[in-house]
Amino acid sequence: MFKDPEARIVGKESWGDYFLLTFDSPAVSALARPGQFLMIKVSDEPYPLLRRPLGIHSRKDKTLGVFFKVAGIGTALLARKTPGETLDLLGPLGKGFSIDPCLAGKPVLAVGGGRGIAPLYFLAWELRALGASIKILYGGRTQADLPLADKLRAEGFDFACSTDDGTVGRRGLVTELMEDELKAGGGSPPALVCACGPDPMLQAVALIARDKRLPAELSLESRMGCGFGACWGCVQRIRRDGKAEWIKICEDGPVFPAESVVWEKESP
Amino acid sequence: MSDLSVDLGFLKLKNPILAASGTFGYGLEFEPFLDLNRLGGFVVKGLYYGPREGNPPPRLVETPSGLINAIGLQGIGVEAFIAKVLPKLQALDTAVIVNVCGASEEEYVRVVEALDAEEGIAAYEINISCPNVKKDGACPAFSPESTRAVVREVKRASRRPVIVKLSPNVTDIVEIALAAQEAGADAIALVNTFLAMAIDVETRRPKLGNVLGGLSGPAIKPIALRMVYQVASRVKVPVIGMGGIWSGADVLEFMIAGARAVQVGTANLVDPDACPRILGEVEDFCRRKGIERLEDIIATVKT
Repeated sequence: MFKDPEARIVGKESWGDYFLLTFDSPAVSALARPGQFLMIKVSDEPYPLLRRPLGIHSRKDKTLGVFFKVAGIGTALLARKTPGETLDLLGPLGKGFSIDPCLAGKPVLAVGGGRGIAPLYFLAWELRALGASIKILYGGRTQADLPLADKLRAEGFDFACSTDDGTVGRRGLVTELMEDELKAGGGSPPALVCACGPDPMLQAVALIARDKRLPAELSLESRMGCGFGACWGCVQRIRRDGKAEWIKICEDGPVFPAESVVWEKESP
Repeated sequence: MSDLSVDLGFLKLKNPILAASGTFGYGLEFEPFLDLNRLGGFVVKGLYYGPREGNPPPRLVETPSGLINAIGLQGIGVEAFIAKVLPKLQALDTAVIVNVCGASEEEYVRVVEALDAEEGIAAYEINISCPNVKKDGACPAFSPESTRAVVREVKRASRRPVIVKLSPNVTDIVEIALAAQEAGADAIALVNTFLAMAIDVETRRPKLGNVLGGLSGPAIKPIALRMVYQVASRVKVPVIGMGGIWSGADVLEFMIAGARAVQVGTANLVDPDACPRILGEVEDFCRRKGIERLEDIIATVKT
């Protein structure tokens, strides 16, 4: 991991409240793995105080991208940045998805809720390069929450979506779409399920994966203090060797095996 | 080239900048970002005797120019520290100070006795002021009597200098500082965080799992500075000042108010290389002002 105080922004796209910034950061880019994240400074002054954790969304040559939704003052400031300006970032941080070469030729299911699609896009490209056959399920409240749908389709990914209001794709939750997908079967069951999104969605994914006996990895979202394990501010209950403990999301995660995550309200 | 070293009497620091406990992990977390040997020293995260669970999340909430935390001193405990961390810290050329916690006077003493058997530690910082482990932020630093009791026991047991870290959540900080000095403290460090709270208006729930937490960051600096000034004017032992330090100018303010050294805390979380940056700013100031010995600036406020 490094501090890159001057990652020059080279691209910006936006769809309503959703933004994609791409920037040059050769050293960080060279080490980045899908599921890892960056801590990005949003202000030169101490307000807002903390950096914002954002999953790495894409890598191309020496550039990286972050995809985010404006959710507060920090992301609003970040959304104002324009090409030519620089970002001050730490990265790559945390542990990502386990991309095993033995996934080559095998089906992998990626399930993203809302802005949770962010790291799955990077994952999809890496898995494609590996020769895995990836299917992406992408869900949101309404069509405006699926800004990357057209791009995923255009880039030839096997792709399906859902919205709560039925404006596009299947009406309902992305986890219902996931159940349809697994029921339809056709080929062999996924060798790995990777998911990122809000906690209730991840909990539902974990439950489905458990029932179907599928290995699954979840990328947890959390507010963070430092992002590199010093403050112990971001923790999740994780079960290891039969014992549940508060584990740092930034350092030991943000990606965890689904069966290790202990939820506040346990699944039936 | 100015002389940036400061002498605490029991410990000479190559410069006045220490990284504060709770914001610097066990030190090693920062190695990817800076050369630890550039620091005057650092204070490792508070250690109880055994491993400690900490509080349920959310543990952090950001406020204007501040951060409220309620970590609850989650940590590995003194045995794991000695086995896994200390050997790596012993190779460093900087002052390693260990923050010592205890649920009772006996536990403070047990931690100190375990560490006394090891080498490579410059001093202990006795944490009698964490607001996140008991109801309503209660801690020994709330009264002169309990401050005196802990400091006396630790001093009796310890072969090393003892720095006592005070809470700002008291009516008269000077009274507590004098009690710590009387009980044998070799230095006073202040301030720990300010007991604080934030509420989500949508859900009407506290934003922290622990309900209350401790506020740090630039938001607290003027109050911390006032307390350092008051204490440094009254005690004979050296004072280590902290609270929201973000720049070289902040360090100088604390030193002019009477601090012999300072601790940088929350800034480390935002910029893991904050300490060397801040040190550079202090150096620039000395060069610009023609200050040959930084120590000459201590307690020189013109009132």
